[in-house]
Amino acid sequence: MAAHNLKHALFCAIVTLIISYPILGFNLASEGIDVTLEGAKTSTVLGVLLAALIVFLFQLYRDNIMGSLRQLPAVNPLANRKPMEQSKRLKLESTLLTLMIIGALIWPFIASRGAVDLATLVLIYIMLALGLNVVVGLAGLLDLGYVAFYAVGAYSFALLSQYFGISFWFALPIGALLAALFGLVLGFPVLRLRGDYLAIVTLGFGEIIRILLNNMTSLTGGPNGIGGIPDPTLFGMEFGRRVKEEGNTSFHETFGIAYSGEHKVIFLYLIALVLAVITAIAIRRLMRMPVGRAWEALREDEIAAKSLGLSRTAVKLSAFTIGAFFAGFAGTVFASKQGFISPESFVFLESAIILAIVVLGGMGSQMGVILAAIAVTILPELAREFSEYRMAIFGAAMVLMMVWRPQGLMPMRRIHIELKRQE
Amino acid sequence: MQDLLYFIQQLINGLTIGSTYALIAIGYTMVYGIIGMINFAHGEIYMIGAYTALIAITGLAALGIAWLPLVLIVALICAMIVSSSMGWAVERVAYRPVRGKHRLIPLISAIGMSIFLQNYVHLAQGSRNIGFPALIEGGFRFGAEDSFQTSITYMQITIFATTLVCMTILSLFISRSRIGRACRAVSQDLGMANLLGIDTNRIISATFVIGAALAAVAGLLLGMYYGSIDPLFGFIAGLKAFTAAVLGGIGSIPGAMLGGLILGVAESMTSGYLSGEYKDVVSFGLLILILLFKPTGLLGKPEVEKI
Repeated sequence: MAAHNLKHALFCAIVTLIISYPILGFNLASEGIDVTLEGAKTSTVLGVLLAALIVFLFQLYRDNIMGSLRQLPAVNPLANRKPMEQSKRLKLESTLLTLMIIGALIWPFIASRGAVDLATLVLIYIMLALGLNVVVGLAGLLDLGYVAFYAVGAYSFALLSQYFGISFWFALPIGALLAALFGLVLGFPVLRLRGDYLAIVTLGFGEIIRILLNNMTSLTGGPNGIGGIPDPTLFGMEFGRRVKEEGNTSFHETFGIAYSGEHKVIFLYLIALVLAVITAIAIRRLMRMPVGRAWEALREDEIAAKSLGLSRTAVKLSAFTIGAFFAGFAGTVFASKQGFISPESFVFLESAIILAIVVLGGMGSQMGVILAAIAVTILPELAREFSEYRMAIFGAAMVLMMVWRPQGLMPMRRIHIELKRQE
Repeated sequence: MQDLLYFIQQLINGLTIGSTYALIAIGYTMVYGIIGMINFAHGEIYMIGAYTALIAITGLAALGIAWLPLVLIVALICAMIVSSSMGWAVERVAYRPVRGKHRLIPLISAIGMSIFLQNYVHLAQGSRNIGFPALIEGGFRFGAEDSFQTSITYMQITIFATTLVCMTILSLFISRSRIGRACRAVSQDLGMANLLGIDTNRIISATFVIGAALAAVAGLLLGMYYGSIDPLFGFIAGLKAFTAAVLGGIGSIPGAMLGGLILGVAESMTSGYLSGEYKDVVSFGLLILILLFKPTGLLGKPEVEKI
């Protein structure tokens, strides 16, 4: 244990104390206009001291700890395992996907209403994450304002139904195309920008859309949002107890079954499921088409891709527009699921959550993104008592992920051939 | 005459806000100048500075110390120490391990850090906004008694003066001191500076510490100026400051000052003549336009793309 280690460890421990004690150790409480200071609970103070001690000990024995950690992978039998063979892996993946879809189809008939509702939300997030995966994972464009396209989809359905009485099935393509149009119009000028500038501009765009929705009160209802968004119908059959629109019949009367609120929830879930599967398949196909390969080529090496005759703007624009299109899709479903939307649902944090799903799942990998979307949406529901820590854990997970496993939990693997070494 | 007074009032308000933006923007611009990453968590460090200052002020008030200069100086020093430590720790934990990897990786790590810090303060101090005592009150007024009066509050004068002092010290520090010279060397060529025996890791830490300290100053000043703080107020301020840094040319310290002032004036003119709700739209719109038409900013150097 060298002397500089001790000095460094002391320094780190003191910094830990400085950054945690003032914020955690004192609580500001406001009574009227007066602000008073209260000491925190003893447990918090002890926790802070313990944290400082842990940091101190870790930094002191850092070399030893890191050394023994490095030996751990040798103990782990999975670490040196050979990657699975290409054909085997593909087979496994498609079996898994089929099983998942079958499970998803059975799900609404065995689960409770709340669980089906949550599953619909998961599917919406899957759609969003798959769409963003095209932009961030495949094309390598960091879009921090993705939620804006989601908002465009949701608001176009809400407004179209409010002013023109357009039904869900017409609004679905219109919302998606409008979102795609927004993507195209925004993308055209900004895609020339370098990676991190692009991130900030898209963030700014997302905020602008939200502020406009908030302030154009006469059109969008401002912060109060828009309510009374109609439910989707099944070939003109409505799912309410009574038929709202002339000429429609109601679902339970047509089939002669008792009315149940669950029908609507299940129907919405199935719509979301079908759309999510369509999204996944469409993007899977696109990935293998020339345009999909061009996205990845541009992500890997812009200059090389340009020298091979790819148009940078066209390729980036296609990724951006397609991503926006699926966000619009998801937005329409979201609007009809909630029946009410307001700018509250489209804040920057939502963009960050979708981005986190993509990052956690492994940029570019569809399977990983789907699993991450399920995990990120369901885990907070399961751990309700920790719900206030949710976002803090979320942020920390994003950082740790980038430090330890930037390729994500299930990184994308391309079909490739490895050359055998000549003996 | 009235219109002129109104205009001058907006100008003063804009310059006040703008000079605090400039203080925050220094952190963005220095970090970007050296390691080429956007420190997304910088707005949160500014917010933490404001919280620490408020904790120090209320703590002193509880102890019965009310002599204004002492209170302000103690609050300032506390805020600077806590924010700087935070800046140092954030760099150490979230940025150093991912340095040199693909561009998006540090940025995502920074976004994660920003979310984490927001919620750290949120958990510790609650999400409601807390009143910040206006310690400096009063001001000068110009104009006829019965019509619109232009006023400059002592608070605004304090903000100008503090910003000016901080910027002067910073410029002297960058141009004269050993660390400042090393900073400039590292921002020109990190690898070469390393070869010449500069401890680049220490210099990078130092830029984070300096940026965070200036953000803490801005936190104290803006906390007093606005009169209330909450865990989310760092986010928008951070974005504005980043806009200011880009506007002036990212990587350039005088540029950050200029960009901050222009942005502040543009914002206060929007709220003065159009509507307060659209001031964020104007500043983000300004950012988009600048990036589209002059990505190097007003005072920035064009970047040469090396193959």
